[in-house]
Amino acid sequence: MSGSVDGGLDLRGADPEGALRLAEEVVRLASAAGAGEAEALVMAGDSALTRFANSEIHQNVASSEVYINLRVAQGRRVGVASTGRIDAEGLRAVVERAVAIAGAVEELPDWAGLPPAGAGPRAPLASAWADGTAGFTPEQRAEGARAVIAAADAAGVTAFGSFSMDAEAIAVASSTGIRAAERRTSSQLLTVTMGPDGGSGYAEQCSVDATRIDAAAIGREAAERARVTANPVDIAPGDYPVVLNPYAVSDITDMLGYLGFSALAVAEDRSFFEAGRRVGSDLVTITDDGTDADGFPAGFDAEGVAKQRLVLLDRGVCRDLAYDQQTAARAHRASTGHGLPAPNPYGPFPTNMAMAPGSASLEELIGGMERGLLVTRFHYTNPVHGKRVVITGMTRDGTFLVEGGRIVGPVRNLRFTMSYLDALAGVEAVSRERRCIKGMLGGAVVPALRIGSFTFTGATAAG
Amino acid sequence: MRDLTSRALDTATALGATYADVRVVRRLEESIQIKSTRVEGVSAGETEGFGIRVLVDGAWGFAASHNLTTAEADRVAGEAVRIAKASATSTRLRVTLDSRPPAHGRYETPCVEDPFAIPLDRKIGDLLEADRALNNIKGIAWSESIYAAQREWKTFAASDGSFTEQVITHIGAGLEANAIDGDEHQRRSYPDNGGLWASAGYEHVRAMRLAENAERAASEAVELLTAPPLPAGTRTILLHPSQLYMQVHESCGHPTELDRAFGTEASYAGTSFLMPDMLDGFRYGSDLCDIVADATVPAGLGTFGWDDEGVAAQQVALVKEGMFVGYLSSRETAPRIGRQSGGAMRADGWNRIPLIRMTNVNLLPKPGMSFDDIVADTDDGLLFETNRSWSIDDRRLNFQFGTEICREIKGGKVGRLFRNGTYTGITYELWRSMDAVGDASSWRMWGTPNCGKGEPPQTGHVGHGVSGARFRNVRVGVSS
Repeated sequence: MSGSVDGGLDLRGADPEGALRLAEEVVRLASAAGAGEAEALVMAGDSALTRFANSEIHQNVASSEVYINLRVAQGRRVGVASTGRIDAEGLRAVVERAVAIAGAVEELPDWAGLPPAGAGPRAPLASAWADGTAGFTPEQRAEGARAVIAAADAAGVTAFGSFSMDAEAIAVASSTGIRAAERRTSSQLLTVTMGPDGGSGYAEQCSVDATRIDAAAIGREAAERARVTANPVDIAPGDYPVVLNPYAVSDITDMLGYLGFSALAVAEDRSFFEAGRRVGSDLVTITDDGTDADGFPAGFDAEGVAKQRLVLLDRGVCRDLAYDQQTAARAHRASTGHGLPAPNPYGPFPTNMAMAPGSASLEELIGGMERGLLVTRFHYTNPVHGKRVVITGMTRDGTFLVEGGRIVGPVRNLRFTMSYLDALAGVEAVSRERRCIKGMLGGAVVPALRIGSFTFTGATAAG
Repeated sequence: MRDLTSRALDTATALGATYADVRVVRRLEESIQIKSTRVEGVSAGETEGFGIRVLVDGAWGFAASHNLTTAEADRVAGEAVRIAKASATSTRLRVTLDSRPPAHGRYETPCVEDPFAIPLDRKIGDLLEADRALNNIKGIAWSESIYAAQREWKTFAASDGSFTEQVITHIGAGLEANAIDGDEHQRRSYPDNGGLWASAGYEHVRAMRLAENAERAASEAVELLTAPPLPAGTRTILLHPSQLYMQVHESCGHPTELDRAFGTEASYAGTSFLMPDMLDGFRYGSDLCDIVADATVPAGLGTFGWDDEGVAAQQVALVKEGMFVGYLSSRETAPRIGRQSGGAMRADGWNRIPLIRMTNVNLLPKPGMSFDDIVADTDDGLLFETNRSWSIDDRRLNFQFGTEICREIKGGKVGRLFRNGTYTGITYELWRSMDAVGDASSWRMWGTPNCGKGEPPQTGHVGHGVSGARFRNVRVGVSS
């Protein structure tokens, strides 16, 4: 049985000072156990999610969780252990396991040591937190779900979706002097709407502050899309100009971040990235900025290193990479603050990406296509060839034929197999409006894009 | 433990729950990652907590906490009831459960060699030996070798008097060799991409003979760099068991989840083309197609004593002689189609609500031809081996898979390699084109330890038994 840590630490809810005290205590215990270096990451907080389907709530969950990840080094031997227990026995056990692992493994010849104290953040990011999210109740989540359902009812379609929120404290302490603590919130409302005649729509809103989410507007957007996509027709696969809604564009930034913008991917020669190489049109600039208040701000990474702003693609040209402590040391430079919890065989990732806006409205993007497709979002994408960023996936929840700059009508979903690098090279126009979309690598703030040619390789069946 | 479970159930019932269950789960994990003969990461993890699920006014509520005290049980039970009452404000169909008998007993995964009792340095040594063998082959850019084990102690109690205890152990290991030349990156895994997983002890890892098979895998990765790309066309294809299990997973396992058919996954990975009114009347595959969900088969990642609703492990027919006949189901969903739960409710730890998940979804072997016999019986075809990429649409119809390796078959003999092999099609068209299934000699359990479903996301461990099969007129060689 576990309770609170000796000394009366109360870790219910997002308490950054309490999380930092716990991290410091774990580092102290590890040092007392003989660890040469020790680093503790603590994440503690509350999560809740209300899920609806067939226009009714069918799942509704909440949990309080705590996670401690301890990395110790004995010379160049490194061990990692984690626990969800914060009682004295739990802390003793996690220290014992990490130290035992460090005693059993072989040396890492180029172990860089833990990040130095000066790499930590100067102050917590206030913009990462909203009281409105932390205090959001089950009743408020149900109210949001009902607003989406009401919009669906009004349009004669059915609503499916979820309304979720997280409020957590994150702290890192290390024997090298890192002290970082912050509290962060996030919330997301998403809905898929489906009509009786094969129509389907989607809408999503993300925010640090759940009270800023306009559930009725999200419901109306998705419901209208489901209404106008009724009775989709077949269209032959092939190469088409496309306008990609931000929901689809976020998959491009996710895949580029996952496959290419990591220093480890470059070191292992599995990335397209070469500094100075042009991979996108002049209109494509992608940054990573932990302070971007339009996304989900974060002041530091899992190693307690302050996040630096990166320009990953500068007007189409590869420029910066994401580094953590280990990959940075191998490259004889400093970490950019993009480390994940240890041990991390996947390498650092950009988790606060944004694509620069353009000057066009969505209508102008569509108006510039003589004959092409408007795509709402992508579904179940997966790399076919990682180094060339060749991705396959399906369109979903609203795919439209555009002729003469006007939407003609809905088409059945298509499969694409396409290099996202080729897609970026073909960007012809960028919308000025952007949205924050929650994806595989956190929240990405992205516009809509018009792309000269996109390769669709198959169509789905009606039955 | 009974103190906490009884307190949670009593409090939930006193606050108005007409049904409640509680799971207390402790999980230990251990993992080793080696990259290019460097021991890059070794970690051990422990988590524990409890989750309470309640029915109030015909609606569900669920709350969970890491803090295992009776006072916290009271708080969490109260929160679950409050959440259920909020759910009830937007409920159109009241939840009713089937009438399974109360569950009692204990189950434990059979382990010949307890993986957590074996010294860490021995496990590292076994993996390091294999990883070094990968690097004996000239042309390997980098290698990665992994080992992981997980053990879960799970106590389940429900307001109907059920009380079960289970200790479930999962283990996996594997090797990966990577060869790179310019933009071309080829990978070869052994025995499977992401490792071969099972519910078993360390004997499962020893049986893989990793070091003995490493050089062959690495040689194939290098060889693939200069192999021609697979030309586009319509061909006869053979799916090796290392790819066939993923085909079963995506195109039969997921679409036969009854909650998906009812739309409750629509906002995440989608729905299913297999609707209840198609039961017993829809031809899913050829006469050779017999697919079951079997939570009792030895070594499966979906093998257990009871599911997370206290329903006993069982075998359920999904496809029989090609006809769609059954679903993976729960106590809530099965009565809606006039059936009893098939025992497929599983949760990813104490802090997640159970969902309908695959158990072990298996394509049964057919006597007559071994997989080697099927190869010999094929005049002109392609053999796809070891999954590399996967994608399927939101109703589980249009799929596209890529494999690490593709070999030509001419006159019953396996010949040259192709790189970047892909095949694509429509689920029922593929299964209807299946004209040969391997016999029991090549049938074995494979595991998927990374099956995603639900919001908040849950990672499921599910199993698949397959022996290999042949399909006609399949589109191959899709590229951008």
